[in-house]
Amino acid sequence: MPEIKPQIKTEVMTVNMGPQHPSTHGVLRLVLELDGETVLSAAPTIGYLHTGIEKTTEQKKWQQVIPLVERMDYLSAQSNSMAFCLSTETLLGLEIPQRVRDIRVLLAELQRINSHLVWLGTHGMEIGAVSVMLYCFRERELLLNINEMIAGFRLFPSYIRVGGLREDLPRGFHAAVTAFLDRFLPKLDEYEDLLTKNQIYLKRSRNVGVVTKESAVARGLVGPIARAAGVDYDVRKYFPYLGYETYDFRVPTETAGDVYARYKVRVAEMRESVKICRQALQRISPTGAFAVDDPRITPPPKDRVYTEMEALIQHFLIYSQGFTVPAGEAYVPVEGPRGEQGYYVVSDGTNRPWRIKSRAPSLLACQALEHMIVGGLIADVIAVIGSIDVVMGDVDR
Amino acid sequence: MDSNTLVASLQETVPGAQLEQVASIDLQPTLYVSRDHVVALATALRDRPELRFDLLAELTAVDFWPREPRFELVYILVSIPNRLRLRMKVRLEGSDPHVATVCAVWPAANWLEREVWDMFGIAFDGHPDPRRLLMPEDWEGYPLRKDYPVQIRMTPTSAEALQVTSEEFRANVMKDRLTRG
Amino acid sequence: MGLESDFEIPVLTTTVEKMVQWARRSSIWPVTFGLACCAIEMMAMSCSRYDIARFGAEVFRGSPRQSDLMIVAGRLSRKMAPALRRIYDQMPEPKWVISMGACASIGGVFDNYALVQGVDQIVPVDVYVPGCPPRPESLIYGIVQLQRKIDQQKLA
Repeated sequence: MPEIKPQIKTEVMTVNMGPQHPSTHGVLRLVLELDGETVLSAAPTIGYLHTGIEKTTEQKKWQQVIPLVERMDYLSAQSNSMAFCLSTETLLGLEIPQRVRDIRVLLAELQRINSHLVWLGTHGMEIGAVSVMLYCFRERELLLNINEMIAGFRLFPSYIRVGGLREDLPRGFHAAVTAFLDRFLPKLDEYEDLLTKNQIYLKRSRNVGVVTKESAVARGLVGPIARAAGVDYDVRKYFPYLGYETYDFRVPTETAGDVYARYKVRVAEMRESVKICRQALQRISPTGAFAVDDPRITPPPKDRVYTEMEALIQHFLIYSQGFTVPAGEAYVPVEGPRGEQGYYVVSDGTNRPWRIKSRAPSLLACQALEHMIVGGLIADVIAVIGSIDVVMGDVDR
Repeated sequence: MDSNTLVASLQETVPGAQLEQVASIDLQPTLYVSRDHVVALATALRDRPELRFDLLAELTAVDFWPREPRFELVYILVSIPNRLRLRMKVRLEGSDPHVATVCAVWPAANWLEREVWDMFGIAFDGHPDPRRLLMPEDWEGYPLRKDYPVQIRMTPTSAEALQVTSEEFRANVMKDRLTRG
Repeated sequence: MGLESDFEIPVLTTTVEKMVQWARRSSIWPVTFGLACCAIEMMAMSCSRYDIARFGAEVFRGSPRQSDLMIVAGRLSRKMAPALRRIYDQMPEPKWVISMGACASIGGVFDNYALVQGVDQIVPVDVYVPGCPPRPESLIYGIVQLQRKIDQQKLA
């Protein structure tokens, strides 16, 4: 009997994972060409969140730039403002008090835990483990309470200013941070129990979105993505700032370079951050110096402003004209939750910046995305986008 | 290694380049290079064993209008094996600024150069994909230039080319208005 | 109308309008339109501390065709504006829009070339929630205000 072979006609399908999509972490557009479920090519389009922040900062005074740069990478807000303050303080030639540096280290590490919790929650939710999101956001509420305690605002405290901090630490700060750190580590063990040995998660993340070591550096990838591929570049160890060389911590690395390796690196980073936080907390006295003692930059305390004329004049000049920064340029790299970030600051000697450029680790991660997803399945696209932890505010600025 | 050794090493690899070192107050020594030798210098920086600048951290531009030369292109490079940093700068004229692309040396430069083209109008010769990155494809003007305004009063285009006539679209919008509460 | 107890089983009578209003406002399902930082506070609102499921907005639908509320959370750039209008047009009636945050309401801190200064230039907005970003409680208050507005909408 003659065999009749069915004629199956296939063609390549073009699918638009549009700017509005539940899993693209913001407004990223991917035009995928699919053969069945396999991705043949991907064309990412960005720019849907371009806010022109860099142009807007050229119109503001130096201290007014802080709220704007905090909104660039909105998950690691205080890392942004700290990087900007370090660059500007290098231009000004300021010597920041040791206590302020320790507080900044503590806030930077708490911010790293904050950002990694959001990453873990959203990544878990997209893979399918919805309860991870609820747990992570519950811990994050405690961190936001700490933010609210120091400056009154949950996401963007604007607490780290040029010259130091906005004001001294509030009463109860040490107790709150210690309570959080004591509570957090056992909870992190619980979250790891949910995912690390979970067969479904392993199947979805092993050998997915692999990046090799040489390819990572050539594409400019830094941070947990590169460390998961074996590149142990961490700005805190290579070019230490704020006294990081005096803290005892290690930088976790893996070699596989896939989604699972990035997960392990970030969870290990959260544990190391807790270690650094405890060391920093011991060094910080409850009250003390919170800003550099420079009358051009630090406003006088309010009780003096209301009673003394010189303090009133100084307050008025600081808030109306601002301080001038000597002409020059500076770029101080900082290890943010996504990798090396920093602000290339150019000053022309006036009280407004001439040019501020933010080095965005998410931009290069987004660029490398298409090489990670080509050849994989369409379900892996979601896992990979979650694992590279892009923040579109940082990509588009 | 200090910056003088670096300059000497580069000068012997690319003899025709004009290298000018200026003082810098942060971690990176600053080096002004001539425009025509950018690719040769980039290859030397990446490949020479004592340099090995394998990570391109930043590629951006600064507009110094109305001073001439108007633009300065800034490359910030990191050497992970040798723990070095470098800031390489190129001065460009205001009329028809262009420079050779370094995409072949560091693939990371692809989108960074597209962004500089989008924001400043500096063309990169030989770039595989010279399109705008952040602004819409049909945008006119280069926003981060100093003679471009910050605020513009422009009605936003909320419609793409759909198969709908303008009367139908207007009727659609009016229908929304009529059924409000 | 009221509670009639002439019969053996208790009966509650009301108007059809009130029934429809009650059904509409108790199950407002938003479409995910989180753009920027406000989206993070919107996600925090849907999590365990400021649970939005108590108010009926249980699930954030991915598709606009299955939702009735669009919370524009974040800054709207000029490149994104056509996509916003298209998503709004794809939602079936009755639909409402909450403009969350300063950037969606009026352009926020960014008065420049790249942002649309207020989402109401593109879509009709029902409730504006100020803040940068608004606290999750503010957004819940905005949704409660929207529920009160729906209570006053007539059917015909």
